[in-house]
Amino acid sequence: MRHLIDIQDFTPQEINDLLDLALDIIACPDKYKDVCARKKLATLFFEPSTRTRLSFEAAMLDLGGSVIGFSDAKSSSTAKGESVSDTVRTVACYADIIAMRHPKEGAPYLVSQKSPVPIINAGDGGHNHPTQTLTDLLTIRRELGHIDGLTVGFCGDLKFGRTVHSLITALSRYEGIKLVLISPEELRVPEYLKNDVIEKNGMPWRETQSMEDALPGLDVLYMTRVQRERFFNEEDYLRLKDRFILDVNKMMYLPENAIVMHPLPRVNEISPKVDDDPRACYFRQVENGKYVRMALIKTLLEV
Amino acid sequence: MNVDGVTNGIVLDHIKAGKSMDIYHYLHLDDLDSCVAILKNVQSKKLGRKDIIKIDEEIDVDLDVLGYIDPNITVNIIKNGVLVEKKHLSLPETLTNVIKCNNPRCITMAEPDIDQVFRLSDSKNGVYRCIYCDTAHSGGQDA
Repeated sequence: MRHLIDIQDFTPQEINDLLDLALDIIACPDKYKDVCARKKLATLFFEPSTRTRLSFEAAMLDLGGSVIGFSDAKSSSTAKGESVSDTVRTVACYADIIAMRHPKEGAPYLVSQKSPVPIINAGDGGHNHPTQTLTDLLTIRRELGHIDGLTVGFCGDLKFGRTVHSLITALSRYEGIKLVLISPEELRVPEYLKNDVIEKNGMPWRETQSMEDALPGLDVLYMTRVQRERFFNEEDYLRLKDRFILDVNKMMYLPENAIVMHPLPRVNEISPKVDDDPRACYFRQVENGKYVRMALIKTLLEV
Repeated sequence: MNVDGVTNGIVLDHIKAGKSMDIYHYLHLDDLDSCVAILKNVQSKKLGRKDIIKIDEEIDVDLDVLGYIDPNITVNIIKNGVLVEKKHLSLPETLTNVIKCNNPRCITMAEPDIDQVFRLSDSKNGVYRCIYCDTAHSGGQDA
């Protein structure tokens, strides 16, 4: 039995197989519409989320399965003081697979140690969000046809942004990836990621605080939101939240064949006027999230 | 200064000068009824100055804890006044319930009954990472 807690739980080949499967699901959805019949997915969201939870639920429904779960810790036994391990072991008696989001980092890993059913980490604090990474990889592949050899710019909160950390880690296993890291000094990529992932894998990288400087050389611009919930100090959040905003003027610096991605939700960091630009693919990215989760659920259930 | 030799017990040698009391507490040597001698700032050809702990009882020493605190310590096992075994330490691959994760977002903060487990991620710099949240903890020398 397999779990997906960290993107590195899967080998590059296994990830490519998942992306291939997702592409086949997109091409031939009817072939997969009943593969999870009589199977149940439990979505345990101890922290609020809209798109990730709905994406998992839509994925399971499109595979012919059904869904149970909760979307708020207050409506679970956690509110009565139950440990997360006990909650998950209980739910595992009712479901065939579990997708869980938890505000505490490492909670999905902890429960996976004792769970009799596959656990999918749907986000644990600022730590990992591997299905977002799979979504991002599928999007790059669908939009640009390949992943190797791209120059990828990350912009915004690169310190607390778990999607950034996971995607950089995943990209480090592809050939010829170059990174451009655009952030205020306070929200730079953590040192451990630079040392243990970027430097260790010999990825060329540079840091800048200028979007105008970075955009002309990019194949992918990955925008992120500065997340209020990751700050202990409200003043810091207010000072940094609007530091980088992508608008139609800045889009002129981006090459014609490049793409703009965002894990969403956005606040102010991308002007809505950018949405009509064909390079803006963040809503297509959302759609890809459902397909890659279908591929993941099918794979982990071995159906 | 003379301290009697150990007949049946353990001598922890080559302790970094000034670290003997940390080790005394980490190994809970204060719980022993037997004779324990702590020698501080002993002259050493190898280290300049070192500390030594002599324990006149055959106890199970947690080598992982010792290796984490200072992998250069030598553990000498003495039986009938004779050195029968000399153990050289290294940084352990895993530490369980030796150090605590200080990341306020870690699941171990919410559920304190969980074992605190760290894995060695950088042996050159002695960096350990929490298996749950990947937060780094380094500096066993400062434990």
